[in-house]
Amino acid sequence: MTDNITRETIDSDDIDAEFVDKIVKSGADRIRTCIQCGTCSSVCPSGRRTAFRTRELIRKALLGLKDEVLSSPDLWLCSTCYTCLERCPRQIKVTDAIIIMRNIAVDHGFMLPQHKKTSQKLISTGHAVPIDEANMEIRKDLGLNEIPPTTHSNKKALEQVQEIMKRTGFKDLIEGEKMEGN
Amino acid sequence: MTEAQTYSFFLGCVMPNRFPNLEASIRLVMPKLGVNLEDLDGASCCPAPGVVRSFDEPTWLALASRNLALAEMSGHDIITGCNGCYGTFKEALAEVREHPVRLKEVQNVFKGMGLKYSGKVEAKHVIEVIAELGPDEIKKRITKPLVGIKVGVHYGCHLLKPSKNRPWEKTQHHTFLDDLVEATGAESTKYKDKNICCGAGGGVRGSQVAVSVDIAKEKLDNLIDAGVDCIVNVCSFCHLQYEFSQSQLNKELGENKYQIPVIYYTQLLGLAMGLDPTALGLDKHVVNTQPFLDKIFN
Repeated sequence: MTDNITRETIDSDDIDAEFVDKIVKSGADRIRTCIQCGTCSSVCPSGRRTAFRTRELIRKALLGLKDEVLSSPDLWLCSTCYTCLERCPRQIKVTDAIIIMRNIAVDHGFMLPQHKKTSQKLISTGHAVPIDEANMEIRKDLGLNEIPPTTHSNKKALEQVQEIMKRTGFKDLIEGEKMEGN
Repeated sequence: MTEAQTYSFFLGCVMPNRFPNLEASIRLVMPKLGVNLEDLDGASCCPAPGVVRSFDEPTWLALASRNLALAEMSGHDIITGCNGCYGTFKEALAEVREHPVRLKEVQNVFKGMGLKYSGKVEAKHVIEVIAELGPDEIKKRITKPLVGIKVGVHYGCHLLKPSKNRPWEKTQHHTFLDDLVEATGAESTKYKDKNICCGAGGGVRGSQVAVSVDIAKEKLDNLIDAGVDCIVNVCSFCHLQYEFSQSQLNKELGENKYQIPVIYYTQLLGLAMGLDPTALGLDKHVVNTQPFLDKIFN
């Protein structure tokens, strides 16, 4: 494979024409105006050190290569710094488009294991980063309430937050059968 | 600005649960600037704009709206010291204000929960309220000017962007934080790629830590080249990134190159107001702050 140049052909079976419609409907409404100038890739802090190319991701989305986009871990290299969105000469909401594609990926069961863990922490405690004993000690030392005045110290509030996550379907999404690895 | 203002203080996750020293410095300094902070009892994760919003946007909007509703019901605007939480609230408010159908969707989720939410509450950042006072007002409160201290200012991303939904001047070269740092008598030092992301957001730190730390490393190297005495930031997540990445890098590289004290703005201001370093939580840092404190006090 390394000796020869191979022709890569996109099969029509790989194309989902409705994929980009969904991205447009969810808010990245100017994505079709992309001229592939590469400004997004050139300002991307993750792109500086990895093979992640925002321009490529947008092109693939426009071509409707849904499965390739959704299953790629590259989709999760964006640090949501919004520089590409600010600089895009076509005023495409690039970061929003990435977030929309991530939502679709999760809905299809693609989620990194660490992100699943973070979600489970949110579901059980109301916090993506919950308190630990070392920090309870530090809080006491600083004269703060040992347990912060958040869902951590208010059971009713936590139950309300959990009920909201039930109603929006988040609990099912993360803990359900559709999710890869469940 | 003499009239006292009261805000609902939103803590988030990283500040109270990983860097309570930043929380302590905000609680100590803000009242001295005429800003009262009321606890927002029962608040949750904002939730994080890079992760939860990436997983399920409607859940992100509903939980963000709940936190905003708690503030709205208390009659105060919400204030936060984290760029991520600030980004979530600014974007969640823009979403329900621009699309009334989204507000209805949220109110529907809240049915029977006793939550009242109209989307009229405002969300502010600690540094936004300090910037409204302005550098001249800050200068009046300085009793211990931090002369000779070279600061590398880090704004962070979600404080400024998307610029459409932020209150700042429309420019890609902001100076408000530099001006507030210089009001303490310290010097804001120029350094390469000052406006680049810390690398923590978007779920990158949580899932692809090598890439995340490498983004931080580039900035830390630039700060070392510029010869700064400390980094000053206004975000608990950027703060975590610079604190944790330095010890991680030292361990990986088997050296002690990365030793830049990471200081939150209210800690810096507190020092210049003559407040006790321990009360400002400066003894609770990951990277030793003593060389920085020695330079101020000797």
